[in-house]
Amino acid sequence: MTEKIFALFVLNVFTANFILFRFLGMCPFIGVSKERKSAFWMSMAVIFVMVISSVITWVLYNYVLVPMGLNYMRTVTFILVIATAVQMIDMIMLKTLPALHKTLGIYLPLITTNCAVLGVAVLNIDMFAGKTTAFNGFIFSVFQGLFAGLGFMLAIMLMSGIRERLDLTDIPNAMKGIPIAFLIAALMSMAFMGFNGLGI
Amino acid sequence: MRPRDNFLKGIWSENPILALALGLCPTLAVTTSLKNAVGMGLAATFVLVFSNLLISLFRKFIPSKIRIPSYIVIIATFVTLVDLLMSAYLPALHKQLGIFVPLIVVNCIIMGRAEAFASKHGPVASIIDGFGMGIGFTLVLSVIGAVREILGAGKLWGLAVSTSFTPVLVFALPPGALLVVGLFMALKQSLGGKK
Repeated sequence: MTEKIFALFVLNVFTANFILFRFLGMCPFIGVSKERKSAFWMSMAVIFVMVISSVITWVLYNYVLVPMGLNYMRTVTFILVIATAVQMIDMIMLKTLPALHKTLGIYLPLITTNCAVLGVAVLNIDMFAGKTTAFNGFIFSVFQGLFAGLGFMLAIMLMSGIRERLDLTDIPNAMKGIPIAFLIAALMSMAFMGFNGLGI
Repeated sequence: MRPRDNFLKGIWSENPILALALGLCPTLAVTTSLKNAVGMGLAATFVLVFSNLLISLFRKFIPSKIRIPSYIVIIATFVTLVDLLMSAYLPALHKQLGIFVPLIVVNCIIMGRAEAFASKHGPVASIIDGFGMGIGFTLVLSVIGAVREILGAGKLWGLAVSTSFTPVLVFALPPGALLVVGLFMALKQSLGGKK
């Protein structure tokens, strides 16, 4: 159990990083990585949503959808659960951290359409449903949600650190903004491939 | 806006990937080969056209407070349709695209067009907009897919391009996707002027 959880940690944070390897959650990765502060809070929000949605979607799928033979309703159900969770965080943030709420702007409601969040929910089902007991699968799903969020945080924090320095450098006009961010991400992705040797 | 301009804007000036930087996840993940790229592009176009149509028809009945969840349900319905149809008739492609078929539902392009266009325009204009955006998306995906397949595997649509050429494996791997997409965006930025 512990080993499996550690393996999930290495998998989701390093070897199959959600952003740099699986390409889930690219929009906020590019959009909210201009400064470290907003990147940090964005990733905190993502971690929170990922864990909560992993819990809810696993329970819903295994105890409601499967017994009723409604497996094909997976996508619709999951996205609605995630949308509700995001709406809740949006409201809490608006009341408690209005300044930050302004910074994240359009991207906060768009956590709903952040593929990483739905991605982790679908991935949990693909990886664990029917392959282990429902309880073990539940534990693994929760941890996978947490680790996927941490992987997202690692990548976006590294990226925002680099992009803050990028403002001071002289780059060709054609490369300014998003293109250079992509090239940096390509180099980071190559560096992360080095973790493949871990082989857990 | 004239229908022709409405259609063409999705292909170049407001191209969803190159100009708006939306829908990046499938762009990067499924462009390992031309076949996958075309499959993904057409699936997304189908969802885009029909969700735009439906949202535009219902735009006067959907209260603005719950519009996002309503759009999501409409989009998710069409994604489920595509998912089931694809797994029935194109099982090999369905397996290749994997998790990215259900993930069409969170493709920012579809949500973005629903919010920015279909919720404000009539059904015909919305269909044209969805179709233009979908074709623009498919074209860019195909070009990126073709480049990556040729460079990364030395093939195009599964057929060998040249025997005297050693493939550069990195283009078939994740870093190659970021590299190719980044360079295409730089190209668009230098040709299309400042946004």
